Amino acid sequence: MSITPAVQFDLHRRMVRIRLFEEAAGRLAEAAKLPGFLHLYVGEEAVASGICGALNDDDHITSTHRGHGHLVAKGGDFNRMMAELMGKSTGYCKGKGGSMHISDLSLGMLGANGIVGAGSPIAVGAAFANKYRGRGQVAVAFFGDGATNIGAFHEAANMACALHLPIVFACENNEYGEFTPRDKTMAITDIVDRAAGYGMPGVIVDGMDVIAVHEAALEAVAKARAGGGPSLIEAKTYRFYNHHGVQNLGLKYRSDDEVAQWKERDPIFTLEDRMIENKVATRQQFDDIWAELRNDIEVAIKFAEDSPLPTSDQVLVDVYSANGGN
Amino acid sequence: MSDERKLPYVMAFNEAVSQALEDDPNVFCAGEDIGAFGGVFGTFGGLQAKFGVERVVDTPISEQAIIGLGVGAAVTGLRPIVDLMFMDFMCVAMDQIVNQAAKLKYMFGGEARIPLTITTAGGGGLSAAAQHSQSLEALLCHIPGLKVVHPATPYDMKGLMAACIREDNPTVMIKHKRLLGIQGPVPEERYIVPLGVANVVRSGNDVTIVAWGRMVHEVTAAAEKLAGEGIQCEVIDPRTLQPLDIDTIVASAKKTNRVVVVHEAVRFGGLGAEVAAQIQEHAFDYLDAPVGRIAAPFSPVPFSPALEQHYIPDAARIEAGIRSVLFRTPVGA
Repeated sequence: MSITPAVQFDLHRRMVRIRLFEEAAGRLAEAAKLPGFLHLYVGEEAVASGICGALNDDDHITSTHRGHGHLVAKGGDFNRMMAELMGKSTGYCKGKGGSMHISDLSLGMLGANGIVGAGSPIAVGAAFANKYRGRGQVAVAFFGDGATNIGAFHEAANMACALHLPIVFACENNEYGEFTPRDKTMAITDIVDRAAGYGMPGVIVDGMDVIAVHEAALEAVAKARAGGGPSLIEAKTYRFYNHHGVQNLGLKYRSDDEVAQWKERDPIFTLEDRMIENKVATRQQFDDIWAELRNDIEVAIKFAEDSPLPTSDQVLVDVYSANGGN
Repeated sequence: MSDERKLPYVMAFNEAVSQALEDDPNVFCAGEDIGAFGGVFGTFGGLQAKFGVERVVDTPISEQAIIGLGVGAAVTGLRPIVDLMFMDFMCVAMDQIVNQAAKLKYMFGGEARIPLTITTAGGGGLSAAAQHSQSLEALLCHIPGLKVVHPATPYDMKGLMAACIREDNPTVMIKHKRLLGIQGPVPEERYIVPLGVANVVRSGNDVTIVAWGRMVHEVTAAAEKLAGEGIQCEVIDPRTLQPLDIDTIVASAKKTNRVVVVHEAVRFGGLGAEVAAQIQEHAFDYLDAPVGRIAAPFSPVPFSPALEQHYIPDAARIEAGIRSVLFRTPVGA
């Protein structure tokens, strides 16, 4: 590992924060304490963490319907996240967005998105703005394997390459578009094959290995920042829970064996084992980190539960900006 | 006297964009063929030569990505003007317009600011057939978060376009293809026509006619003919369709007691239905006749001039429609 121990701890911390947030959200959903849909990121933590760990605070990301992990990895605040999931007025979106639209523009997180593939054109716009301003910022578009079957992705990839924009296309290939396996929806095995069609380089990384993801991200981000144009990273990963929610819903679209095999490659535990083996960390250190972050989650849940619901007069607030500019 | 200067509608648009590019470094334009070529209707002519390829950007034929480019650049601090060559092509980009541009601010709890102007060319009359002639303003006006303008004159074009660019909300500027060449007074200096304020084009006491875009001119021709018979039409051009200046329309309805709405879009589910509904909500007791609607029949826009001329309302049809509201045969007579 050429990645320093400090960075390894940083990536580990991002992953644990995601895992704990998502597990807590899952428990709350099962207890019927969260309204709406819930798409959990558990299992894919290495992708958001490895990539956001290569970004600056003022770099931009666009996200997906499975977006909590991206916001956590970019530095999202547990309290405001949990409050948003509960539809409270103290949430990131004041209870108007919920899980699928969670965002923090101050962190460059331009929103989870309920429309598959829709984030990529927006990331292209952010990348355009970054190039236009010339301050060296980059944009990352996160999307799944299924989104690469949508026209918006292709338009975005082509335009980014045609305009030579500072952007990284980050594909989280978890092998399923909702409940349908990838091999039933596309005739290629690797999403990265699509990169060449637009004239950008693409790499495949083990999406369960945060160090591998991070190294690929460092290279792609540095290239974009230096004016080298777009790249595509395909991270092979897996969602441990369902497309939506926690329970299997009795749907047998994946075999128990398959799920178990991927869980054996848990991105957090494999990193911990490697760090202990490489003598850059001890089990006690990890136990302390988990305990500290568990406490943060409990605080966030309390904060969210104690927060007020939005009042009915808020329905019509923020449909438009008050400044019409006239 | 600068007020006497005349410009065609297309150059009024161009001047508003040019002055915004001069005034605000965050303004840029992007779209198909708008750079080196200046746009298929010449609306962006000369701007790339004046402001450079970084600020007047030729894009691929990718409507979703064009709007996405605007949304992403707007939410990260720029003030984009993105062009969809024909209004019909908006349908290719509906997700980015309806689900993204219009909703980000609200979904993000008010945090986002989307100072995005989408410009496009609407309307028929060029034998451009069913995919290059539509008037789809009702689709846009139905979406909370969007503002929609459709100027009828060069003066309003420049002032409304300037207002759109300065807006912190996503706006759609609909240029009418058949109005591009019409001349009218346009001051050289910068000015704003505020969004949401109707223009009373012509005052009268006998009947109120509400129309926008090219229909303002057809209505005016009909009103002049009727004036020869002593019938005084009050012609109101809302100019902005969302938000709609319903107060001005209702005040006029209360004065004239009769209203006709004219639009180039198909009648069913058109904006005329919304105007009629709001008038009956706010001025029911003042009405001497049902609100009339003159609009296109419920079919795609036909190609042949022989068909299209019967499809788009013209002054003669409008005149007949106004007469039917003025001289209504009472029920049971």
